[in-house]
Amino acid sequence: MNRNHLLFQLANISFSYRQDKVLEGIDLQLCSGKFYGLLGANGSGKSTLIELLMGGHKPLTGEVLYKNKLMESYSRQELARQLALVPQNFSMSFEYHVSDVVLMGRHPHIPRFSSPAKRDMLAVEEAMQTMDICHLHSRPVSALSGGELQRVVMARALAQGTEVLILDEATSNLDIQHTIAIMQVMRRRVKEKGLTVIAAIHDLNLAAAFCDECLVLKGGQLFANGPVEELFTSDLLQTAFAVEATVHHHGDHGRPQIQFRYQ
Amino acid sequence: MTSSRPILLIVLLLLTLCATIILATGMGFLQIAPLEVIKILWSQGSKQTTGGMDPTFPFVVMEVRLPRILTAALVGGGLAVAGAVFQAILLNPLADPYTLGISSGAAFGASLAIVLSLFGISVPSGLSIPVFAFFGAMATLIGVFSLAAPDNRLSSNTLILSGVIVAAILSAGIGFIKYLADEQVSVIIFWLMGSFVGRTWSDVLSTTVVVLPGLLFILYFARDLNIMSLGERTADTLGVETARVKKMLLVCASLITAICVSVSGIIGFIGLIIPHLLRLILGPDNRMLLPACFLGGAILLLGADTITRAWLPSEIPIGVLTSLIGGPFFCYIFRKKQLAPSS
Repeated sequence: MNRNHLLFQLANISFSYRQDKVLEGIDLQLCSGKFYGLLGANGSGKSTLIELLMGGHKPLTGEVLYKNKLMESYSRQELARQLALVPQNFSMSFEYHVSDVVLMGRHPHIPRFSSPAKRDMLAVEEAMQTMDICHLHSRPVSALSGGELQRVVMARALAQGTEVLILDEATSNLDIQHTIAIMQVMRRRVKEKGLTVIAAIHDLNLAAAFCDECLVLKGGQLFANGPVEELFTSDLLQTAFAVEATVHHHGDHGRPQIQFRYQ
Repeated sequence: MTSSRPILLIVLLLLTLCATIILATGMGFLQIAPLEVIKILWSQGSKQTTGGMDPTFPFVVMEVRLPRILTAALVGGGLAVAGAVFQAILLNPLADPYTLGISSGAAFGASLAIVLSLFGISVPSGLSIPVFAFFGAMATLIGVFSLAAPDNRLSSNTLILSGVIVAAILSAGIGFIKYLADEQVSVIIFWLMGSFVGRTWSDVLSTTVVVLPGLLFILYFARDLNIMSLGERTADTLGVETARVKKMLLVCASLITAICVSVSGIIGFIGLIIPHLLRLILGPDNRMLLPACFLGGAILLLGADTITRAWLPSEIPIGVLTSLIGGPFFCYIFRKKQLAPSS
């Protein structure tokens, strides 16, 4: 997989739900093989931007190009082979087994009426190992804890075998151990396999520790973006997130660390 | 997802259905041995004569019992499949074929036909009740869809709520018609409770041409239905055209429900209990569940109809019987499942 070629190009994107303008004047380019953090307060337009990147919504103005082709020119199935999503909330009404749910990630690769091929089973196996859920193999999803369930959803997205993985606050309901474990898996995939990750994250320190670049949204506009080492300043935290904080640069790897002032 | 156990169960259900059809055909006022039933069916196929048995038997089998039996089996299968589809699409295990108000629409149509004939407005009788019921059901479907239409994604809540609203209006309408019908109200009530008495080959035909193609159409999308249980947003990202599949399957399941209700009246419980029961045994995979539901629904409704036709001293409405048998059985299953350790 060749690195750092252009994946997404967004030019002058705006979007609104009925009367409410959600995104405005977004110009953005995202390259492959990078770990992007998508930051911003609640209601700043993160989820909408993700929908546009996934081809779920059509922008009101401007266009979204993926690999130099208009998003709308791809079929659902073509997109499903390229982009995978890990949603924030996940629940299932029926008692599928964990391995069945992970196998559902292979849906876009398995022709109708066919059984899963060997490579599909391998992808499932590998994803389950990566997320450390092999022991849950034949448990019904309804019997899992929140952390286990989220790992199952992650494994499903990994099994999809896409070039791009989009996480919509995928770790926000998880404990710190599993959060770090998932971010480490993502980081490794980006480094070793050239995966592109776009993750909406609320925890700024998490973003600073794992992402290559961050995009900061504020009021539906792209407020700032750039490599994490340069992006995070107490100025930005004040203007974009309305918090008082100081930014330290960690000795070992030069990544910023944010210390909030609580009082 | 694929093991041999579900397939085994489907084969078993298929054999049971065939056996039930043959046994049921033999039962009734005139007892006919299963072997003789097979002989009669065979002779019909190969145009041979049936020597050495009571000459009324072929007539009883072919013209009286078989149409009723096949109609009951098709209606049972259709309702169970429609129920499974509604549950899968609305992501709600409590949904059944009547959730969108189809039954109320059909009941309104049928009541209208009955009351119109009372007032001497001649609609060609015999045919009129099923036809009115069918169009009542279709009109209801259109009403529910247009009420839900502003919600492009047709979310479960929108659909269920639209169904409840339309059904409530129709129920008031049915109540008014019953009031108008005055002393003839029992005709309406009897129709509402469902019956297979006097069904003919034309009923078999009209049910077959809707239910069987409908079943095949639904099976084509069985895997998409599985994926849709992940939630709409995720299903979209896995390459399923969720909104389109949802619309097509809702229309298809509603058509099946409409034809079933219009030939038989409103038969409750089959569409709820069969998908539930089989999901407990087979798991939620729709590729296995849907065919199993068709067979299971057919067996159960045929069984219930045979009990009221051949066993009980006088026929009781089939809808009452299915709920009477199905209800306690369902309680038992439900209780057992509640008590079972979740593994």
